[in-house]
Amino acid sequence: MFDQPESFVTSDGRTIGGVMMEMKNITLRFGGVVAIQDISFDIREGEIRAIIGPNGAGKSSMLNVISGFYNPQEGEVWYKGERRPSMKPFEVARQGIARTFQNIALFEGMSVLDNVMTGRLNHMKAGILSQAFWYGSAQREETENREVVERVLDFLEIQHIRKTPVSRLPYGLKKRVELARALAADPKILLLDEPMAGMNVEEKEDMSRFILDVNDEFGTTIALIEHDMSVVMDISDRVVVMDYGKKIGDGTPKDVRSNQAVIDAYLGVAHD
Amino acid sequence: MTATDSADLVSIPALLARNAREFGDKAAYREKEFGIWQSWTWSEAVEQVEALALGLLTLGAAKGDHIAIAGRNRPYLYWSMLAAQWIGAVPVPIYQDAVGDEISYVLDHCNARFIVAGDQEQVDKILDIKDDLKNLERIIYLDGRGLRKYDHSFLSQFQKLQDIGRSAKDTLGPELAARQSSQNYDDTCVMLYTSGTTGRPKGVVLSNRNVIETSKNSSQFDDLGPNEEVLAYLPMAWVGDYTFSMGQALWTGFCVNCPESPETMMTDLREIGPTYYFAPPRVFENQLTNVMIRMEDASRMKQWMFHKSMAHAKTVGPALLSGLPVSFMDRVKYWLGDKFIYGPLKNTLGMSRVRVGYTAGEAIGPELFDFYRSLGINLKQLYGQTEATVYVTIQPDGEVRADTVGVPAPGVEVRIGDNGEIYYRSPGVFVEYYNNPESTASTKDKDGWVATGDAGFFEETSGHLRIIDRAKDVGKISDGRLFAPKYVENKLKFFPNILEAVVFGNGCDYCTAFINIDLNAVGNWAERNNIAYGGYQELSQHPEVLDMIQTHIEETNLSVADDPMLSGCQVHRFLVLHKELDADDGEMTRTRKVRRRIVEEKFSDLIAGLYDGSERVATTTEVTYEDGRKGSISATLEMRDAATVVAQKIAAE
Repeated sequence: MFDQPESFVTSDGRTIGGVMMEMKNITLRFGGVVAIQDISFDIREGEIRAIIGPNGAGKSSMLNVISGFYNPQEGEVWYKGERRPSMKPFEVARQGIARTFQNIALFEGMSVLDNVMTGRLNHMKAGILSQAFWYGSAQREETENREVVERVLDFLEIQHIRKTPVSRLPYGLKKRVELARALAADPKILLLDEPMAGMNVEEKEDMSRFILDVNDEFGTTIALIEHDMSVVMDISDRVVVMDYGKKIGDGTPKDVRSNQAVIDAYLGVAHD
Repeated sequence: MTATDSADLVSIPALLARNAREFGDKAAYREKEFGIWQSWTWSEAVEQVEALALGLLTLGAAKGDHIAIAGRNRPYLYWSMLAAQWIGAVPVPIYQDAVGDEISYVLDHCNARFIVAGDQEQVDKILDIKDDLKNLERIIYLDGRGLRKYDHSFLSQFQKLQDIGRSAKDTLGPELAARQSSQNYDDTCVMLYTSGTTGRPKGVVLSNRNVIETSKNSSQFDDLGPNEEVLAYLPMAWVGDYTFSMGQALWTGFCVNCPESPETMMTDLREIGPTYYFAPPRVFENQLTNVMIRMEDASRMKQWMFHKSMAHAKTVGPALLSGLPVSFMDRVKYWLGDKFIYGPLKNTLGMSRVRVGYTAGEAIGPELFDFYRSLGINLKQLYGQTEATVYVTIQPDGEVRADTVGVPAPGVEVRIGDNGEIYYRSPGVFVEYYNNPESTASTKDKDGWVATGDAGFFEETSGHLRIIDRAKDVGKISDGRLFAPKYVENKLKFFPNILEAVVFGNGCDYCTAFINIDLNAVGNWAERNNIAYGGYQELSQHPEVLDMIQTHIEETNLSVADDPMLSGCQVHRFLVLHKELDADDGEMTRTRKVRRRIVEEKFSDLIAGLYDGSERVATTTEVTYEDGRKGSISATLEMRDAATVVAQKIAAE
């Protein structure tokens, strides 16, 4: 199954490690509708893995399987060499898997800072009493977590909107705040559901830069769904292509681009 | 607590050492990072600078080398300048938003061997042009983000270089001491490139004498002490920032605060509450525009209170500030206004503690100027140049007016030439333009008098200098009346909706104007009036926007007509430009002054349209994006006539 070595170095000098997460023969049904049909692929440590496909191909369902939101009827999810039992999303999150959503899911009335702080939830252990009175470990924890959050704000260059309520922000910035919240969780795997949907060219460029920087700076493994082909081809290491719930291609952007099934299904017929 | 003066303070490192001695535990630098103000005392700052200076020695930096600095205002970059000066090298700060070939020109012109770059953006720009720069040996970068994968044979990280410096202290310490002690008053202190409204930038060489004498005189003039707080947010390559954040800060020992990022500047300003504040008119304009926009969204009651109080402040505020007699009732009303409106407003603007504020760089609209003064902010004007180490004339407390720039600064002599051009001589007069003896000779004569290129005159009654315009921009319209475009442009720019105006008319029958709308103000207005628009271009050509601009122009014409000398400068026809004038397109300097000649050339088709009576002109304009790529935008612009006032034409004959 593994035709690639345990770990290798990409052409741009990044180290891609061994298999971190593996999907084995996943099938997901909603009643009579088969959303995902017998799909297998893996995600390696430190890579940027893209899942692409036309509308309704089952990409978001796939991401939801990874994040534990859906439990597939058939197939197994292996994480860090162990089979993952069926789990609730919060349990998955505790394992170090964070995500962003296709339709932004932030707390609109809260400030950017508070929204990003919620990403630290799983790193807070203080009891409800010390939280309420803000003493002892609660106080110390908040300071530590605030520091992590501030570094994330600095990293994503959103210090200037720290205290701004999310509802007042334009779309592109909201997307960045969502990324900040996911990043604040200090994830091992970051799942991005169409991080660039609805953005203009400049915002897309910024977002691509941030995704690459996150991967580079923190070594975070990233799995992303994206419609914009040029973005996917530019930033991802390997691409899974889905169509009608089936996997029709898997490989480097170059391989995928020349795969006839992929061209027919998604990119249209090639003109020579 | 004031700093002591002594004869051996002949260099910047000597001042630094004195501050560490006298104010060792006092905050010298602050920067907001990760949401918290981090601060360094003078003794901590000295340690940081020393480590970097030693690090530079390990790289082989020699006396007289040029070390470029590019990035936003950060303590580390100020320390880089200090470290360069400590080892007898010359710091050359460059504009952080300059594009590749501008940087390339400067680095090549000064043969810089090292450059300290703030972040990846700056490093990328330099790596792009590296092949053209034979002498550039190493980039020292500060923020390593995104640079992990770069080839580090050419790069050093700032803190790592400091660590190398620290560990080499035993071996290189004596060399460092020798470098400092060998410096004298006439050695080069810093080299600053002028933004150049015409032609290539020129490297202005300033000596220790220039900087220290000027800092000493100007600090005494405004009684600046070690407890002042300043916010350093203006480009480090600009002489003003060098003088305020380096010269005066080192001379008096006050604290330099750096904002978290350019976008947070207003918040940071409020948090720091500077006591000594400097801003070009544009910043004051933006702040006022923001206040006005927010007032328009406020409740009726608040609007009424605001306008009522501001009207009162306008009548008595400036007089109170200048110490002129004001009736008791007016004082009481002003006091009330201060409690309810002026005080909170000043706090919002971050100016509650401003003791001395300056504006310069461009003429400031009288209405704008009076607005701030009527709030009780001691805003004054000064007139200066890079070549003068800032100061030529300055307004003393109590003698402040919007239409003059004050009296000669301490130690400065000013005279007016036969053609009306202003000349000055002072201890701050620059040494030379680097490697450019012709320009040096044509600007500075053998007695040390420097030509400013500005036309002006001293008012007989007050003895204050009044600037008319750039000497070369002043002309005549065809009936012989005076043409001074700046005068009209400044009036136009006071309207919050107008960001920039360029007036033409030299040698023509009448004057015309290009207008740039202020996207913030006009966008907000459009939103409130349910005017839909797709972008800057569409908004700028909206008929209702044109109507609004037309009323502004007609109002301006009315006030221009009041001045018999300049009544010929009324704007007869105008258009609203489809793009903002921008430094990246060469239409403005990096300090955001309009390059008139380039605008004239670039938009010659539009100017022709304004004069041949056409109603519409279709045009295509090349634009440069921030990353240096080029594109073009096309638009059809409407030309409009504006009503003018002819009654006072008597002055023409």
